[in-house]
Amino acid sequence: MSDEELHSWLKASASFPRNVIADIQRAAKTGLYDIRGYGAKRHVPSFDDLLFLGASMSRYPLEGYREKCSTNVTIGTRFAKKPIELDIPITIAGMSFGALSAQAKEALGRGADAVGTSTTTGDGGMTPEEREHSSKLIYQLLPSRYGMNPDDLRKADAIEIVIGQGAKPGGGGMLLGQKISERVAGMRNLPQGIDQRSACRHPDWTGPDDLEIKILELREITDWQKPIYIKIGATRTYYDTMLAVKAGADAIVLDGMQGGTAATQDVFIEHVGIPILPAVRLAVEALTEMNMHRKVQLIVSGGIKSGADVAKALALGADAVSIGVAALIALGDNSPDLEEEYRKLGTSAGYYDDYQDGKDPAGISTQNEELAKRFDPIVGGQKLANYLRVLTLETQTLARACGKNHVHNLEPEDLVALTPEAAAMAKVPLAGTDWIPGVNGM
Amino acid sequence: MNEFDLDQSKIRDFNAALHNPSKATDQSTWKVTNTKGRHAIAVGINSALNLQIDGHVGYYCAGMNQKANVTINGHCGAGVAENMMSGTVTVKGNASQYAGATAHGGLLIIEGDASSRCGISMKGIDIVVKGNIGHMSAFMAQTGRLVVCGDAGDALGDSLYEARLYVRGKVASLGADCIEKPMKEEHKTELKELLERANITDINVEEFHRYGSARTLYNFNIDNVGSY
Repeated sequence: MSDEELHSWLKASASFPRNVIADIQRAAKTGLYDIRGYGAKRHVPSFDDLLFLGASMSRYPLEGYREKCSTNVTIGTRFAKKPIELDIPITIAGMSFGALSAQAKEALGRGADAVGTSTTTGDGGMTPEEREHSSKLIYQLLPSRYGMNPDDLRKADAIEIVIGQGAKPGGGGMLLGQKISERVAGMRNLPQGIDQRSACRHPDWTGPDDLEIKILELREITDWQKPIYIKIGATRTYYDTMLAVKAGADAIVLDGMQGGTAATQDVFIEHVGIPILPAVRLAVEALTEMNMHRKVQLIVSGGIKSGADVAKALALGADAVSIGVAALIALGDNSPDLEEEYRKLGTSAGYYDDYQDGKDPAGISTQNEELAKRFDPIVGGQKLANYLRVLTLETQTLARACGKNHVHNLEPEDLVALTPEAAAMAKVPLAGTDWIPGVNGM
Repeated sequence: MNEFDLDQSKIRDFNAALHNPSKATDQSTWKVTNTKGRHAIAVGINSALNLQIDGHVGYYCAGMNQKANVTINGHCGAGVAENMMSGTVTVKGNASQYAGATAHGGLLIIEGDASSRCGISMKGIDIVVKGNIGHMSAFMAQTGRLVVCGDAGDALGDSLYEARLYVRGKVASLGADCIEKPMKEEHKTELKELLERANITDINVEEFHRYGSARTLYNFNIDNVGSY
């Protein structure tokens, strides 16, 4: 009997499908939870559950290939003397040297630079290569403070205080020992080969009142030049946004549960945090209530993959988006060209998520010099630039169809939802109705 | 002597002057008064100047200091000399939480007591406390040395990496993976030198105990799960 014939009459359990059975078997064998990279793999309500209402009788579209639709965005206009001017509303999320190879970090800088946007450091600090290839570089202040120093703080174009990330709000990070090369260890003041824990909370402040003073210190150190972002994982987003504004943020980076990570427990990735769809709306509500919408810029991330996602995020009120996993895929992560090598690692192109292992055949999420050498940062940078251009063009196309001459002119009124869940979360009407669950009617 | 009265000048102007390379030259002398617990005083200095701070200070005084020699004639709020890179910061009074947090270098001398989490996540700084320190001090401390002439609170050195801890008095309890280690001659020599740099000459190095990492939690192992 063939596999196909066999599976045609066997009955699979909805509670215990094969991947759940495999999870239990793996746990029983190893006694360890699964640690992996990438983002959430479960289905959650997303921007795909929204649709644009293109212009028709009552609205006036812009000519798709001729009329101008601007994409520039300025971040950090509240307090910073030198806000960041971006040509496109799509930035590169924080990813560390350590989690990624130096070549991959260089490629991110090259790609972002080519289209006039910013990149972001990560745990481990700022590398000279990264600074050299990123003309707009955001320097993260993380709980671990690995590599944190005032010289790099002064070299940065903006500072991003990381409270949490969407893949693991409330959790810290762990760079496993197998990825700790001599250079990574040196940058983090730790011995080579040991697991490098990034704490889940900052060492020198607790709570938003302290954070306000911490931000004051950073502004004083940098003479009030640099925009200061606060990055939060999406959970209690309405209140977190308000507290970030109160603490003095110039910009808020909001990462939904679909956001990627280099290494976290699978149970954390899949079960903590809320999707970016409701989170962006909650953040915009908080900003609007404080009369800070468009004054404190909102950058959202977590599963952004297409220009449609970008346009919908902007329509819901974000000022810009940030991409991580999608940028790595553009560089060459999970490429079918590497299928043979993925098979040797027990996986397949499109499924590879073991960023924590350091065995990435694409040479991206690794510190193995031989693997990293395979990755060409110039070619990678060109691919990323291409991808960012496509995202931008797609965003413009949708904005023009809605009659907008700037992508920031997209608005919730341009959107409808495909499902009651998405309608409730985004607070836009269910398609074909005027029903917004929780707002009007039941 | 460059003098600032914080009742007359803004902290922003004072810090900006300390960052001005034409004014903040090496060995230049500075004095600030009427600090009144204000925050972020003298942060981000990057020259070998001498600064005297008269009065109590709030959070993050001398934060991220590089090269400067700073003396605080008063008590300190949280995070004094946080992330210091080099230079010396001397606190004549007591220090609140997180003194010397994540600091990469330099010397922090606290002549009074330090509160909880002193030296948290330290990355190369030397800290000498003449009095006692609070709980969870040297949590996740990576490198550098912490000297305590008095007592230490609970969970000293929890999840410690390679920092070396010297305590003269009682330790309420040790944190996960922190153990007492023998005081060898090299450690006595190192401790003597640190005490001398802190102008402490009346305490015998023989009275100290040394603590460090057992290094059993350096790589995640399910057998150690009960330690966390």
